[in-house]
Amino acid sequence: MSSATIAELRESLRAIQGDGYKRRPVLPFGVAALDERIASGGLRLDSLHEVAAATPNPSDDAAATLFMAGAAARAWGQVLWVVRRRDLFAPGLYQAGLDPERVLYAEAADDAEVLALMEEGVRHRGLGAVIGEVKRAAMPNTRRLQLAAEGGKTIALLLKRHAREGGNPLHVPSAAITRWRIGSAPSTPLPVEGVGRACWHVALVRQRGGEPFETIMEACDETGRLALPARLADRTAVADDTERHVYIEAA
Amino acid sequence: MAGRRREAPSDAAPLLEAAAAERAVTCSVPRGGGWRPGARWARDDARAEIEAQVAALPAHQRPPMREMGRRSEAAAPPFRAMRPDEATGGNPFRPAGALPKSLGPDPRSVPPHRDSSGRETLQRPKLRDIAAPQRATTRTLYKGADRPLVTSLKDGSRLVIGAACPVARARGLVPGMAITQARALVPDLDIRDADPGGDAADLLRLATTAARRWTPLAALSGADGLLLDITGTAHLFGGEARMAHRIVRLLARLGFTARVAVADTAGAAWAMARFGVDDRRPAAASRSPATRPNRGDGWLIVPPAEHHRAIARLPLAALRLDPGVVDALVHLGVETVGQLVEMPRAPLARRFGDALLTRLDQASGRVAEPLDPVIPPEPIAVVQHFAEPIATAEAIEHRLGILMLRLVTALTEAGRGARAIELIADRIDGVPQHLAIGLARPSRDGAHMLRLITRRIEEIAPGYGIDALTLHVRRADALDAQPVDERLEETPADIAPLVDALANRIGDARLWRMQPVESDVPERSLETAPPLADAARPAARLKVDDVRRLDRSVDLHPWHPRWPRPARLLRRPEPLDHVIAELPDQPPRRFTWRGETHQIVRADGPERILGEWWHRTTEAQSVRDYFQVEDETGHRFWLFRRGDGERAETGDLAWFIHGAFG
Repeated sequence: MSSATIAELRESLRAIQGDGYKRRPVLPFGVAALDERIASGGLRLDSLHEVAAATPNPSDDAAATLFMAGAAARAWGQVLWVVRRRDLFAPGLYQAGLDPERVLYAEAADDAEVLALMEEGVRHRGLGAVIGEVKRAAMPNTRRLQLAAEGGKTIALLLKRHAREGGNPLHVPSAAITRWRIGSAPSTPLPVEGVGRACWHVALVRQRGGEPFETIMEACDETGRLALPARLADRTAVADDTERHVYIEAA
Repeated sequence: MAGRRREAPSDAAPLLEAAAAERAVTCSVPRGGGWRPGARWARDDARAEIEAQVAALPAHQRPPMREMGRRSEAAAPPFRAMRPDEATGGNPFRPAGALPKSLGPDPRSVPPHRDSSGRETLQRPKLRDIAAPQRATTRTLYKGADRPLVTSLKDGSRLVIGAACPVARARGLVPGMAITQARALVPDLDIRDADPGGDAADLLRLATTAARRWTPLAALSGADGLLLDITGTAHLFGGEARMAHRIVRLLARLGFTARVAVADTAGAAWAMARFGVDDRRPAAASRSPATRPNRGDGWLIVPPAEHHRAIARLPLAALRLDPGVVDALVHLGVETVGQLVEMPRAPLARRFGDALLTRLDQASGRVAEPLDPVIPPEPIAVVQHFAEPIATAEAIEHRLGILMLRLVTALTEAGRGARAIELIADRIDGVPQHLAIGLARPSRDGAHMLRLITRRIEEIAPGYGIDALTLHVRRADALDAQPVDERLEETPADIAPLVDALANRIGDARLWRMQPVESDVPERSLETAPPLADAARPAARLKVDDVRRLDRSVDLHPWHPRWPRPARLLRRPEPLDHVIAELPDQPPRRFTWRGETHQIVRADGPERILGEWWHRTTEAQSVRDYFQVEDETGHRFWLFRRGDGERAETGDLAWFIHGAFG
């Protein structure tokens, strides 16, 4: 019996016991290849996670943004998104599963204010996710956020953007539980003209209590779920979820 | 009234003489034919003089057109002329840009009744000219101002006149007349829609003003009047006469023509205001010098204990009776109140019921008539003075906690929830410190409001100390008792407190939501919405025979993933260089952006988006062809070309990047 089946059985057992989805402390990706390699079996709800784009290229930046939007879409409740610039395009987020009615945007004047607003949102305990975009966040600030998140069920996602002078934004010490680096990867060619589902380089650079790893995943679909790409280049793109699961289990 | 209008006024005598002289002269035109060119009385010099005399008369005393002779001017078109631009005059009772103002009720039966036009700036001189005939020439200049004006009111299935201005009434238009009939009688009639709701609201505001300014007992009287109990307050305004005059003048400045009557009983004052005051005539019309101080322009004072005599000569309608009762009494030969008073009461009660005698007794004062006063809303504020000035944040916070409890009690009693609260700390050196907080939703939650204030307490500069703290409710909405949510399962927490906390920190403008807009142009397909939007209004139900009912397909969300959109959009599209693409509809093979060359491996498109020609004429032809492209490293971009590649008027074939996909 595969681990996915056991997880599913546990899930149904929890549902019978009346312990609903909201109380689950972890937000799994639903992809065994990812969840098994994360120490907590997914993104812990009561903690801070950092995401950075692989390069300053806008496409990579958008990939990191959609990675967070997908996670927030799979979380529960309202989402607070604290931005520095108003360049987010809500239709694009909607296509990653984040309904506009769930997102509350706040514009902060500087990084310190972003972190303060995020902390406010995390401490409120009524939000499903809090997302912030900063260029720099020092260790004490992230620790503060992490402490605020503990004990709640609001997932805190921090997008570390590339500074103009370069440097890896994930190299700064941080109290985040996991640190992700997301970049674009060439997608699987379609047998016909056109572009298929995008692919991402997903790298878990650091995680507390686990090993770093990197892999290539298919981008968020309309419900914010990642997927494993079809391995064979000449194989047609996976048409629907059932087929994909069959394939994953066979692998 | 009607007889007076028919007889030729003495001032028109020269005109008639000239006409008679003209008839005596032999002429090729048949006698009595009226006007012909070159007639002496129609010459300009004589005519202008006569015209000035005629114009000096009040409207209802002017000779009819057939006595004046016809004029050589072109007739006004029988259709209603276009309404002139609305002047936003300084009327404090209606904000500029509100609905077109209506006339309000019948001016003849209105103690403070509405001015007969929405345009006070032009209308005021006209009102004045009733009392000051020298203004008549000014009025003839304002052609727009002396067009007769009425309001139309829907009565069942027909439109009737709701109210008419003095000019219109002089031409024979009365409230209740059908609009079609009025239009036939007066071709250049200015007709506006009546707004009874707005009139009632204005009257209530006027009553509130009266209750604040003149007397604590101000009551609405019907749809067109106010009753003020000025017992004990008249001397504050220089006596009854001076007070009445001041009220009339103040209302005139606000654009209302008011008639004020002061009497011992409410019934008598009501009757005298509607049937006793004649604002057409100045004070000189008084009959005897003894009564002169009791009567002025638009006001009248019945001396104490004289009201029996004053109302005796008034018609029965002055008693606030049903029209049917008045008609029946007139049929019996009773026409004035005096005649009614002299009749034996028992048969009257038997024939007409108690209502008639009650009204009679109310007018004479035998039966008390309590007023239902308008209570002006009081601003909610709680204040705390200190014997010793306080200066520390802890002390202020402690005192605020006590104050907030009182504020919540006051709000609960008033049934209101605060939307904006201001804390004013009075410093001993006289420099008050202000601290304002706003709430996204009306609230009476003292702990929440206190939290919002105390986190900004460091903005208060205590200086040498604070000797008073005041909490003012600057804005409040109705908030009824809140239902208790007794469901056992966990419900998501209300985010209104969070919205308040964030908005008070960064400001309302920097907190928003996005909502779809029906537009295909990407940058116009969304708009900001307030963070706590009300529940979406359900779409209007389609009628049974609406053609859209045939459409059985499910509505797609305007941002449906079928039309991919990038996660981040450039603020404005940036031009691309060195684009290699096949015309007319092939995606680019290569492009350079920000100095970097991208080789396209895969592409999708075009998604053709046309300009919104129904909104903007400049976009009538414009076309954007959008392509989703992926370069060899997997980066995806959203490009578009201006123009469809076939017709030059659709665009110049320049390439732009508009966003990046993930």
